[in-house]
Amino acid sequence: MTIDMSQFYEVFFDEAEELLAEAERLLLGINIDNPDNEELNAIFRAAHSIKGGAATFGFMDMTEITHVLENLLDKIRKHEMALTAEHVDAFLAAKDVLKMELDGHRLATDVDQDQVADVKMMLKQLSEAGPVSAPAPVVAEPPPVAKPAEVAPVQNELPDGVSCFNIVMPDISEKDVENLKEELGLLGEVAVSKQADGHFVITLTTDSSEADIVSICSFILDPDDLVISLKTNSVAPSATSPADEVKPVAAEVIESKVESSTKVLVQEEVGYGLFEEDGKEKQEEGYGFFAPFQPHPDAVKSELIGDDTALTLSNSGTTSAQLATAKAEPTATSAPTPEAERKNLGRRESDKAPPASAEASSIRVGVEKVDQLINLVGELVITQAMIEQRISMLDPVQNEALINSVGQLTRNTRDLQESVMSIRMMPMDFVFSRFPRMVRDLAAKLNKKVDFATVGATTELDKGLIERIVDPLTHLVRNSVDHGIEIPENRRKAGKSETGTLTLSAAHKGGSIVIEVTDDGAGLNRDKILAKAHSNGLAVSESMTDSEVFSLIFAPGFSTAEVVTDVSGRGVGMDVVKRNITAMGGAVEIRSALGFGTTISISLPLTLAILDGMSVSLGQSVYVIPLNLIVETLQPRAEDIKTVTGEGRMVHVRGEYLPIIALHSLFNHATDITDPTQGVLVLLESDGKKSALFVDRLVGQQQVVIKSLETNFKKVLGVSGATIMGDGSVALILDVAALIQMGQSTNYITGAASFSNQNNQHMQRNA
Amino acid sequence: MSTDNVITNVSSRAKSAEGEYLTFVLGAEEYGLEILKVQEIRGYDAVTQIANTPEFIKGVVNLRGKIVPIVDLRIKFNLGKIEYNEFTVVIILNLHGRVVGIVVDGVSDVIALKEEQIRDVPSLVTSIDTKYIVGLATLEQRMLILVDIEQLMTSQEMALVDAVAA
Repeated sequence: MTIDMSQFYEVFFDEAEELLAEAERLLLGINIDNPDNEELNAIFRAAHSIKGGAATFGFMDMTEITHVLENLLDKIRKHEMALTAEHVDAFLAAKDVLKMELDGHRLATDVDQDQVADVKMMLKQLSEAGPVSAPAPVVAEPPPVAKPAEVAPVQNELPDGVSCFNIVMPDISEKDVENLKEELGLLGEVAVSKQADGHFVITLTTDSSEADIVSICSFILDPDDLVISLKTNSVAPSATSPADEVKPVAAEVIESKVESSTKVLVQEEVGYGLFEEDGKEKQEEGYGFFAPFQPHPDAVKSELIGDDTALTLSNSGTTSAQLATAKAEPTATSAPTPEAERKNLGRRESDKAPPASAEASSIRVGVEKVDQLINLVGELVITQAMIEQRISMLDPVQNEALINSVGQLTRNTRDLQESVMSIRMMPMDFVFSRFPRMVRDLAAKLNKKVDFATVGATTELDKGLIERIVDPLTHLVRNSVDHGIEIPENRRKAGKSETGTLTLSAAHKGGSIVIEVTDDGAGLNRDKILAKAHSNGLAVSESMTDSEVFSLIFAPGFSTAEVVTDVSGRGVGMDVVKRNITAMGGAVEIRSALGFGTTISISLPLTLAILDGMSVSLGQSVYVIPLNLIVETLQPRAEDIKTVTGEGRMVHVRGEYLPIIALHSLFNHATDITDPTQGVLVLLESDGKKSALFVDRLVGQQQVVIKSLETNFKKVLGVSGATIMGDGSVALILDVAALIQMGQSTNYITGAASFSNQNNQHMQRNA
Repeated sequence: MSTDNVITNVSSRAKSAEGEYLTFVLGAEEYGLEILKVQEIRGYDAVTQIANTPEFIKGVVNLRGKIVPIVDLRIKFNLGKIEYNEFTVVIILNLHGRVVGIVVDGVSDVIALKEEQIRDVPSLVTSIDTKYIVGLATLEQRMLILVDIEQLMTSQEMALVDAVAA
């Protein structure tokens, strides 16, 4: 049976990527002085799974590196070697190399072979550095696993927690046995022997669980074929344990095998340690776990049959290692003692549960499919609104049932829309998770001590925004570590703890999400920024508020090299950060206190596809203005309207003179209302410029789905997009920044003339 | 075999314009456009005007969630009476994924034209550049003007696409 392995490549790539990310996360979180065994095991498992997968798919470069990595990890895991910061660095480097190789296979990107060799060398050196030098592990756990000398034939000297397994192989080639032996060698001491019937038996002395063995073997063969028996090292009352005690056990095993298709057999041979001395000989007589006795002939026979069935069953099954593992998972172990059974089951569940649940909880779908779904639901909502409108014209008494049904439809549609929109949402964790590593590396490079914390990593944000927020955020984090947090010495002098704290947080606030980068570093120096701005020729005054002063660092000119020392670099690319965020429809704000730290706060709309808008009317048309750009709306009094040379019109609002932009003249749009006092002025602010947009009237505030005009048409000056209103008609979304610019540069004489004439008349009348 | 056909069709479209055509009426003239470019035919309804665009661009409509520009060919070519009623027809074209609607006086027929029915266009001065006319076909006593609608719609003078795209 041949299976096209390439169809599983993607699965492996995805899985390997997840495992690498997981390993990195664990490595970064690990406590070097007192590593948690579970974490070490998890890292080992990740490396091991990648190795197995890579070997299955023939990515030998990845197998090689994971192999060395695994060796080293294994030594640490078994406390043969103490974990050091060097190790963690090496592991992280190995992770990077693996990622590079993975990308190399997946995306055909370049793989730096030198780097690969370097890392391999580093890992090898580390793993060869004698275990002797390693101090006794802090964890008061099992002493270093038996060295070759100790393993010896006298098994009852095995340390606590170390057990001896006999693993009977199904019919596999000698080469596979060799491979397995090598693999299992990682867990402990291995010996291979051959039985009379041609089956190989591997004797393994290890402190690993039976589940570990199964998972290792599963890369080479179907774990269902394995027969693993356990010999504890407790010295039993020996020969008194009668053969008939075993008989029912064997029978039970066979029974359960038949009934529940249980195939992995775990036999706990309590108390036969004494017979182990000449174990090899006995293994040759028959199955390992029956070795010490002259087994009941029937039991052995049926056992053989049972085993064969298992073999045939699995042979007819799949060959994919991954599938095999998955298949092995639900298999219940049939250990003779309930206690052991529970133990085994428990361990197995805890081993397998995380990947299983992660798999079940997410599916991968193309973004286009989701977008299409969102579009369709958008259509449904509009159609629904149309039906509702029609219904409202019907007699409510006669059509009560219909109206009720439509009401229900409305609710369902809303719910549907909400859930569909949430598909595009991703937790901020996707962004945050890449920073611990960066902060760690950066802090190490700069000789600073930085604690990194994230808050609200589960906050969800539109995928499109998630992707675009990464760069600005990286820049801000880098800046904070580089320039915000001081070196330990300075921090001590300032009476702060040597370790600085950098916090990334995300939270929902109203209709937007607020992402903050907070450090407890030196803070921004207002006076220095002002001085710098002054020398740069920016218009500044002492009376500016702090936030106005701090936002000066976003000015492009502020990024020169000789900037004031303690804010240096804070200007580098800050203008780019600001521009990127503004392009996403967001805003940046800085809060800082000198000596106490800085918070850079980014607020973003929840999604790119939806806009909070104010719809305004002009003649027969409706336009939508992004709500976040509207400062206020007002109906001006005639005396507030001022002119310059009878043409340039302004409105006087709270001491400010703002230019009036008449939308109808800008758009050459026919309307009856040409007098600002009859219409509405919408005060807009964009790029720090304020203007008053003159429209007929306000229609209402609503969320609109943004549609591109350019898909089928072209860019229209002053219009950023279009949307479909509740009645199915199209409304254009105004591009405020462009409008303000147009208002300043376009000389629309006719509009201006008529407008100002009227204005004059108005003023004369008033006078 | 089939690819060969496609290639010859494309390369010699200027000469050989054999194929099926949707014929429509503008004023007193009959025009034809390649049927494969037509996505659908629908009535004319509420169009949202777009500022500062030529008069013949009526605006945009919502076509099942897509924003589609509508061009009135009658205005563009100064043909027919410009009125919009329930008989006004919009031909929705799909030109390489770009959806555009054109307003015409009426849609008459779908006809298959053979090579020998198609004549070359003499040099004329008209409001439509003759380079957008594939040929003239005679059908009984009527003359059919075959338009290369794709070339026409993406041309600069239609102002339907950005200069960069065109």
